[in-house]
Amino acid sequence: MVEAGRSPNIELLSNTDFLALDGKPGAFTARVRVRPRYIIPEKCTACGMCAQYCPRHLVDGYNEGLALTRPIHIDYPQAVPASYFIDPKACMYLKNGTCMICLSVCQTRAINFDQQAEERELHVGAVVMAPGFGRIPDSALEKYSYGAHPDVVTSLEFERMLCASGPFEGKLLRLSDRRHPKSLAFIQCVGSRDLGCDNGYCSSVCCMYAIKEALVAKEHEPELDITIYYIDMRTQGKGFDAARIRAEDKGIKFVRARVAEVMPWGQQLKLAYSTLDGGHFFKAYDMVVLAVGLDAPADAAKLAQSAGFALNHYDFCQTTTFSPLQSSRAGVVVAGAFQGPKDIPESVTQSSAVAGLVSALTKQERGKGYVIKTYPQEQQVSDDEEVRIGVFVCHCGVNIAGVVDVPSVDQYVEGMEGVVFHAQSLYSCSQDAQEVLKQKIKEHRLNRVVIAACSPRTHEPLFQETLKDAGLNRCLFEMVNIRDQCSWVHANEPQAATFKAKDLVRMGIAKARHIKPLPEQTVSVIDKALVIGGGIAGLTAALSLADQGFLTSLVEKQPHLGGHLHDARYTLRGDDTAKILKNLINQVRKHQNIEVYLSSELGQITGYVGNFSSQIKGKKTDDQTTIVEHGVIVIATGGREHRPPRVLDAPIKYSDRVLTQNDLERRLAGRARNRAPGLVVMIQCAGSRGDDLSYCSKQCCNEAVKNALKIKEINPAAQVVVLYRDLRTYGYAEDAYREAREKGVLFIPYSLDPKPKLNAEGKAPEVAFYDPILREEVTLAPDLLVLSTGIVPEDTEELSKLLKVPITSDKFFLEAHVKLRPVELPVAGVYVCGLAHSPQPVEEIIVQAQAAAAKAAIPMVKGHVLVEPTVSTVDQPSCIGCGICEALCPYQAIRMIKDEKNKRKAETITASCKGCGICASHCPVFAISMGGFTDEQIKAQIKAFGAS
Amino acid sequence: MTKAMEKKEGAVLVVGGGVAGVQAAMDLTGLGYYVYLVEKAPTVGGAMAMLDKTFPTNDCSL
Repeated sequence: MVEAGRSPNIELLSNTDFLALDGKPGAFTARVRVRPRYIIPEKCTACGMCAQYCPRHLVDGYNEGLALTRPIHIDYPQAVPASYFIDPKACMYLKNGTCMICLSVCQTRAINFDQQAEERELHVGAVVMAPGFGRIPDSALEKYSYGAHPDVVTSLEFERMLCASGPFEGKLLRLSDRRHPKSLAFIQCVGSRDLGCDNGYCSSVCCMYAIKEALVAKEHEPELDITIYYIDMRTQGKGFDAARIRAEDKGIKFVRARVAEVMPWGQQLKLAYSTLDGGHFFKAYDMVVLAVGLDAPADAAKLAQSAGFALNHYDFCQTTTFSPLQSSRAGVVVAGAFQGPKDIPESVTQSSAVAGLVSALTKQERGKGYVIKTYPQEQQVSDDEEVRIGVFVCHCGVNIAGVVDVPSVDQYVEGMEGVVFHAQSLYSCSQDAQEVLKQKIKEHRLNRVVIAACSPRTHEPLFQETLKDAGLNRCLFEMVNIRDQCSWVHANEPQAATFKAKDLVRMGIAKARHIKPLPEQTVSVIDKALVIGGGIAGLTAALSLADQGFLTSLVEKQPHLGGHLHDARYTLRGDDTAKILKNLINQVRKHQNIEVYLSSELGQITGYVGNFSSQIKGKKTDDQTTIVEHGVIVIATGGREHRPPRVLDAPIKYSDRVLTQNDLERRLAGRARNRAPGLVVMIQCAGSRGDDLSYCSKQCCNEAVKNALKIKEINPAAQVVVLYRDLRTYGYAEDAYREAREKGVLFIPYSLDPKPKLNAEGKAPEVAFYDPILREEVTLAPDLLVLSTGIVPEDTEELSKLLKVPITSDKFFLEAHVKLRPVELPVAGVYVCGLAHSPQPVEEIIVQAQAAAAKAAIPMVKGHVLVEPTVSTVDQPSCIGCGICEALCPYQAIRMIKDEKNKRKAETITASCKGCGICASHCPVFAISMGGFTDEQIKAQIKAFGAS
Repeated sequence: MTKAMEKKEGAVLVVGGGVAGVQAAMDLTGLGYYVYLVEKAPTVGGAMAMLDKTFPTNDCSL
């Protein structure tokens, strides 16, 4: 966010309404209205004086109405823009013409009541719609006593209550009596999967956030008794089931039941719920959290009308399976929850994907309006210059200052060698704090900066950027982590935490005395891409890259393109898969920017981001080998349907009576007369979620529902029984699930204790299971026994070794950050998408492939990548050429060369170096040093430890 | 009410300043575009800025 606020290429129009859109792709005119904020953002320092004097109260919307703020306010200290705002509906002057106290207290004269709304016309090539989601109407919450009883809260209110900077400073308290609750119930599917409020879809996020909030609440109050009432636990994402198991291990209870109502019950709240077996129960709790779903934005209809695109029947943006981000108006694309309810990683993926779509659509326009950021000339800092250190100690609101005595840490550094300035800041990451930092660097001629705050992992780049803005080399910076290492881990020992913070700050300063400026280097990027895998993910990625104007080599090991999508016949929404795939393959084959290598594999690969050289070899021995030079790699090697030899402990012999969902789909698409026979039993999670594979394959529930509906379409008299654990038809697929139930498909949950018994080896398959509704053991002898077997990745191990990129224990590629960098791998210039990343339905594969293509295009558009200055350097005269470093480097960033005397010497390939330091720590003659972590610096730091 | 006209080539409009809009804006600048990021609230961040922690890694959401 702060990064977006600082970009010279993003004009942030906050407090602004979108009014209308005219024109066509490449030449749109958008009309917007910028409402007055009555504050001049450039002058506002967010000091907060105005809010202290403002005499009126206002219910704080940011804190979900749980706290009070003032008509003149800022939502939270790290807000972007970091400027206050006057709410015209509450301000006494703007309403009644009185007051104006703020005007006289504002030192910077940032308040301007004469501001008027301004209409602007923006000329743009394309439009991205990302308005997010709306609120579930209160009427849908009334039956749970929401609004009638203060201890029934929504999950978003609960989120604010748990937040350290929230209204209760992170203390979990009942609103009614400000006491700690002893028992707490979550009610799932409030406003989702609920035709009562016209929201038939599943919101896809509530199960995850309920688990998260339950875990955080448990952290705050270990004794708290927490129960989650759910219909199906839909934790289908990568690694999500593991979090649910963790929650169970922590004592959080999960009860499959529908809650009918919540009634006040003395000091407590009484839940009335019914379980699957028809039992009705009551239970009292101190507090109830409603896991509310995501509704369409309140102004969706208006937005759709003014921008001229269609909505679906739930008022979200209308799109299709194979063009999931394209609205009905050309040039207008959609991303995030407005495309359909979804979580953060999927939203982020969609956002990257739409950036790629725009880039393909308007590639002639690229770069024309781009502003290149310039920095002031870097101030030279020589070795013999006086060391002038500035130390800044951050409160992080109460996150650090709640435990560590920040003022005493700040005072502690007074008079230390080299320290010429020190100060505290409330949030050192806020935009205004960056201005202060720049100003202090100039004012006190600082040539080293030490910031004691949070983790360098998240915030070091921000502070380093500020140093650059102030004309200092960004390596003249040292960060001390007094949040994670002091206030978090020693939360119960404030004195010891403060003592340790002083220790760490002293050590940081000791190191800072020895830090030196390091040069920033750039590496040029070859503007060609390599895509590995020619299935739907690889085809989509290659096409997107080619459409953006980049030459792309597509390598496929099979003799034809299309991968396993050839096995699919139709989708849940009724698309003709074969026709669409054929069309896509044709586009790829005809594209002048794409070169296709069939029956080929990646042989060897050398190089680094921007400059890879790959050997593509044919699978037959006499085939030619081609060398391709390219700047980036997209991995789209896919996955395939799993065929476990055992399911629920029973051996399986696949036949025309015992088959997988894929086999069934082929059969149903055929012409045989008895292709949809009388009785079909489907088993979900066959071999998944701990049975054979540990994970949920995310798409099998949709596949089962799809095929069940097809059976009913072909033979309405057929009986279909689906045995499941949690039915995970998230999002709009819930519609199909409901339709299947209405058409008489029986969905029966099974437990793992005891498991259903299968006999699936002979000609007459049998299934015996406990039916919780009939409350008895049932044995069925189906005509077809269909196993929903899940997805396994294809050959990831080999590729992971070749490219030195990590894979998970389930053999999927491990992305750089699950939330914020979902399609990037830790090795620069390598991206992943599709089933090689995680199991997912085809719509999500397409989005991910488009996202990977967009991310891969970024270095090619720039033409260069910046290299981190903290790399290793080999002092060649001391190097004895033993080669230990080369063998140990996990990033292939060291090579052995011959010097002029023909002696073996090591050399760092700076573009590949990640600065891990393995080489330096293993060098037997200390010939390798790490930028920013030299022996001298580390020794000084260690010496300062305990010196007090 | 004042009116301003601006002619700028290579620009894209992003409507919505939540995590999706901000990410789209960032990637568009990465791809060489100038972005107008329109948000109806006084600050960007959307719903994600209201979250305390994120699932399943419990990272800070800001």
